[in-house]
This record gives sequence, structure tokens and C-alpha cells, in this order.
Amino acid sequence: MAYSDKVLDHYTNPRNVGSMDKNSSEVGTGLVGAPECGDVMKLQIKVNPTTNIIEDAKFKTFGCGSAIASSSLATEWVKGKTVDEALGIKNTDIVKELSLPPVKIHCSVLAEDAIRAAIGDWKKKNGVTQPQSQTQAAPVEQRA
Amino acid sequence: MSTNVIPGNGNNVSKDVKLPIYMDNHATTRPDPRVIEEMMPYFGEKFGNAASRNHEFGWVAEQAVEQARERIAKLIGATSKEIIFTSGATESDNLAIKGVAEMYKEKGNHIITQAIEHKAVLDTCKRLEKYGFRVTYLPVQKDGRIDLDDLKRSMDDKTILVTIMAANNEIGALQPIREIGALCHERGVLFHTDAVQAIGKVPFNVIQDNVDLASITAHKLYGPKGVGALYVRRKNPRVQLVAQIDGGGHERGMRSGTLNVPGIVGLGKACEIATNGMAEEAKKLAALRDRLKDAIMGQLDECYINGSIEHRLPGNLNISFAYVEGESLLMGINDIAVSSGSACTSATLEPSYVLKALGAGDDLAHSSIRFGLGRFNTEAEVDYVAERVVDTVKRLRELSPLYEMAKEGIDLAKVQWAAEPSH
Repeated sequence: MAYSDKVLDHYTNPRNVGSMDKNSSEVGTGLVGAPECGDVMKLQIKVNPTTNIIEDAKFKTFGCGSAIASSSLATEWVKGKTVDEALGIKNTDIVKELSLPPVKIHCSVLAEDAIRAAIGDWKKKNGVTQPQSQTQAAPVEQRA
Repeated sequence: MSTNVIPGNGNNVSKDVKLPIYMDNHATTRPDPRVIEEMMPYFGEKFGNAASRNHEFGWVAEQAVEQARERIAKLIGATSKEIIFTSGATESDNLAIKGVAEMYKEKGNHIITQAIEHKAVLDTCKRLEKYGFRVTYLPVQKDGRIDLDDLKRSMDDKTILVTIMAANNEIGALQPIREIGALCHERGVLFHTDAVQAIGKVPFNVIQDNVDLASITAHKLYGPKGVGALYVRRKNPRVQLVAQIDGGGHERGMRSGTLNVPGIVGLGKACEIATNGMAEEAKKLAALRDRLKDAIMGQLDECYINGSIEHRLPGNLNISFAYVEGESLLMGINDIAVSSGSACTSATLEPSYVLKALGAGDDLAHSSIRFGLGRFNTEAEVDYVAERVVDTVKRLRELSPLYEMAKEGIDLAKVQWAAEPSH
């Protein structure tokens, strides 16, 4: 299986590797996957409290080259977007950008999950509602 | 071939190292030039069918086949009448196990094998289960070897066959073949061994090891692909098989089909080379393997060797690098050919069942790399590989959330991992 140039690029020069202070209220941390599955992604976002724009993002991944590339790309894409705009990132966009073969599509799904988990964490910390589209749960009361 | 070489930190590629490096000799081996040379005439002027009884073309081919039979027999302590040619070890495994099962089914319907056999044996046993045979899959201990007491206990009066490999292809573990064979002979049970990885690498003798059937392939022994053999004992006891391929009754009625003369000649030559050079080569390979092991484990913490260190193929090294996933490691050393037990590297996205059976835990299976050293590897190559592996593991650990958590003192076994809907 040959890797696409973009996957190789992200692997060799991963963007935004690192960690943020997960106790900060501006930081949302998503940790998805499991070691037994061979894929664990930690994606963190730093959100400007007034504009809700994601100013910075960091990631660390235990996984194959496609998983590393997917999460690296995810950090690139979320930067500069508002939190709600970032929720619009779909795994299929990642698949297309990285030319992932069918057997690696699940890596892109996990990256999308990581973005959502990070945003979910930030929202929880900052008392913001989860949008309806996310999961099955009944709407949470909007707080001022 | 390799256009995307990922540079390491210390890119000191000596002039003795030609990239890419092949270190995956359990998957296949490069045919020895002497083997190719021996085969060539049989693609050219000596192209006759070995079964053509009535002319020179046939006699020349037949003679070459008989010489190959002698050479193979000599390597394993058999007689040439006991060597049946096949298309490879998968076919030999099928022939041995199904052939015995069908022949002796009035006597019994119980077969014993073990958890880390090659799929050619496991899948054949699964098929026999569908036909009503009972199969016991013995567990293996942490070192990859079976417990002989388990084997004793599982034998009953319906047991007709034990099939246990001589050496495992993933972790190099050597099973106690001699003791297994002795036990089988004592109980009147036939003993088949998939000897693919052991032949020509470690001492193997069908008489001393009490073996009744043994599968052999050429392409793990510096011979060509597409040809193998099955040793079928003729004395004490005389083993009979029901042929699995019909059509003319070749190979004493056990395996029909025109013989792959050039392939067989290659297999014979490969065995002859092994007979003459095995002891010396095993010593050299063990030294190279230990050099690789010491260099890697001396520079990295939290690396674990999978399988028995003592009872192991001389050229095999299988290491799990905690917190680093196997396929990403392979990508970082993509000028080196090795393999991994990681799910990401398998077509089915399942992690190595061999490593799982050792009780290693899926996460370590995902982090494993198998190095298979062979005849053509050199010290310079080993040094280069060690350096690249160490550099890549260090780099990937910097990227790893698991390494970070471990360094913070978090016990990863106690973490509640998020349920991912996608899996």
C-alpha cells in the first residue's frame, strides 16, 4: 500500500504536535480511541472566549501514518474557525484531502471524533449547549 | 524502488549499505544465486516432463528431480522415497492434515494442534471441524511454546493426528518437537509438523525427532516460490494419505500433477546448500540478531521481546515498542523491509493472533516489529537498521499521547477509553 504524498508529508512534518494545559478554561481536550484498537488521538483546542474562534490546536496520536496525518490535518483545519464552524468538518473531507484508501477511512472518522470531543469538552467547561446535530440526547437547557 | 525515504536524525549511510534493506526473511527469502544457476537449464534446454518415460527429455528431467529428492531427504534425515513434491507448504499442510484425516477416520476423529500455528494449518483444521472432526487447539505459554502436559492430557483414544509447527514464523519460537514426537509415537498417534521456518536453520531430523509428516517450502530457504515438499514416513509406522489432488497418480499416488522441475531442482539445491552450511550460518545469524537486539534495547526503554529468548530461530527478533504503533514505525523506516503485528498492517485490521495468544495485550501487538535476518544481511545493515529504529521510536514517542500519559505516571491499564461509535 503506497501512501499519498500528503500523508507522508504530515507524517514527516506533523503540524501542531504538543500539549496544552488541559485545566485551562480556554482549552478543550478530546481523547478518543483505545490502545487495544491501535488508535488513540488526543486533540486540544484553545478557544478565544470572546470570539469563540479556535486560536490554537495541538495533537498527539498513537496510530498508523494515516491516523497521524488525519489528526495533524485536523489541527490545521480547526485553527481560525469558530467552534461551531469546526463542527462542520467531516471525515469525508479528510479522506479526500489525504487520499485515504478504504481501509484507512476509520482514521479520518476518529479524527472527526477527536475534534468533536475537544469541542464538547470546551463547551462543557464553559457551560455552552451541545448542538442538536451531534448526538441523540434531548436538548439541554440554554444558559445565558 | 523506494522513492520516499524518510530521513533519520543520523543519516550515516555507510557505503556498505544498499537501500532498501531486506530484513523480512520469515515472509520470504531471496533465491540464492547458486540456486538460480542450478535451475536455469530446466527452463531452457532441459525442459522435459519428468513423467515422460520414453525419451531423453523426460529421463533428464526425472534424474534432476530424483537428485533433488535425495538432497531434501539428506537435509532432514529421510529417504528419498519419502519426499512428495507439492506447490508449497500450504499445500503440504493441507495434504498432510486432510490426507491423514480422511485415511484414518475409521480409527478416530480427533486432531490436536495449537493456537499459534500458521493459517495453512489452522484454516485446514477449521474445515475439518465442519466435516465433523474434533479439533483441540492447545494454548501456548508466554514464551510461545506448548505445555507438554497439556498435550498429554488432551490425547484420547480417538486422536489420530497431532500437528504442531517446528518453529513459529512471527516470534521464532521453537516447539519441543522431539518430545512431542516421542509422546505421539508412544500413543500411536501420527505427528505432523509444519517445518517451514525450521528447515535449514536449526537441526531437524525426522528419525531423531520422531516426525511422521513434515511440510517444507523452498521460498523460506533461499529457493524459488511455488514449490515445496511433504515428508511422508514409510517405516515405523508407514503413513498413508488420501490424495487431495487427483489426476494421474504422480508422487506415489499422493499428489497428481506434472512436476515443477525447475522449482524442484531449486528446492533441492537450496537444501544441499543448507546441509553444508547450516551450523555456520546459524551462528552468524544469531550474532547479527543479538547485535541488533542489543543496539535497540540498549538505547530505548520499554521494549519487550515477544517469545522465548532461549528456544528461538537464530535470525528472528520480535520486539514491541510501547506507546508506538507498528505501522507508523514501519513508515518511518520505509527503506527497511520488516513487518509488524499491528492491526493496521493486516488486510483484516486484526492484530496478530500469535501475539495475542502470548497474552501480550492488544496494545503491545499493535506496537510490535518482526525482524527476520537472513543469509544476505550484514553487520553494516544491522547497525543502520538499529539506528533508524531507535531514532524513529524516539520521534514517534514524542508524538504519542500514551507515552505522555505514561510519563505523567498514569496507569494506562486503568484509563477509561472513550467509546468510539466508529469501531
